[in-house]
Amino acid sequence: MSSRTEFYAGIRAALPLLIGVSPFGMIYGVLALGVGMSAGAAQAMSVIVFAGSAQFVITQLIGLGTPWGVIVLTAFVVNLRHVLYSVSIAPHLQSLPSSWKALLSYLLTDEAYAVAITRYNHHAAGAHRHWFFLGAGLTLWCGWQVSTAVGLVLGGQVPSRWSLDFTMPLIFIALVVPAMKDRADVAAALTAGGVAMLAAGLPLKLGLVAAALAGILGGLTVEWRRQ
Amino acid sequence: MNLWVVFLLVGLLTYTIRLSFVLVQGRVNMPSWFQRAVRFVPIAVLSALIAPELFNPGGTVDVSLGNARLLAGLLAIGVAWRTKRVGFTIGAGMAALLVLQIFLGH
Repeated sequence: MSSRTEFYAGIRAALPLLIGVSPFGMIYGVLALGVGMSAGAAQAMSVIVFAGSAQFVITQLIGLGTPWGVIVLTAFVVNLRHVLYSVSIAPHLQSLPSSWKALLSYLLTDEAYAVAITRYNHHAAGAHRHWFFLGAGLTLWCGWQVSTAVGLVLGGQVPSRWSLDFTMPLIFIALVVPAMKDRADVAAALTAGGVAMLAAGLPLKLGLVAAALAGILGGLTVEWRRQ
Repeated sequence: MNLWVVFLLVGLLTYTIRLSFVLVQGRVNMPSWFQRAVRFVPIAVLSALIAPELFNPGGTVDVSLGNARLLAGLLAIGVAWRTKRVGFTIGAGMAALLVLQIFLGH
């Protein structure tokens, strides 16, 4: 396949995902305004960070008045899973020049990874396969930026008695619950939630860090005991 | 507010994570304990963010029928588990919260 057909195939593969991604972008825009961010700052975060769940976490923590060091640490931990994407996609990008690697790595979100790796695992990967990644990645990038902007436009018009801040934990619930595949996952969730509830009063929001670590250990323990 | 410091640092860290193994040539095997630990990270962090929003809405632990956010959140967890749909989960949770707030007089 030529570079052009690969590029268009990437766009086509990513388009259906925009149905799921766009509402998140809009809600992010609304909530970012709600915690006092300027529209420019909120849009800049979508460009600079470009990672949905981390952006929601950062927004939530800003709203809670969390010290910036804890915010950076938490967002870093949330995005650590991208290491696994990087490892897994690397063999397919090996022969590319560094400029291509630099560009595609910026676009390596959960969705772009899912689309690209599915394609590379099921099709005979051609010499222009990086164009497929670029098409999918740019589509997702544009969708995220536009939906953020739409949310920022809408955000100023939502009255506070609608309790729209509650969509934040609801989004996290919608992400976490379907992701739980076995008992170890449930143990991780319950341990983290329990510790977070009891340690919510700790200074510097350190309860969050403690709870996340406890959750990871809880999950590993259950998994280890089953083996 | 150090907002821009947060954005730039998180952006840089995220980019470095994504670029890491793409730039370092060859197939590298991550230690298996690390892969397993990373698998639990999103679940643990997000659960740690959810729980205080439901259980500690006023800053202290409140496990009572007067806690509208807890009841609405538990309903949303049930809906998420049954339907696995983001839209249904958010819709059910928000509807429950608004109705409960009317009944509880918030």
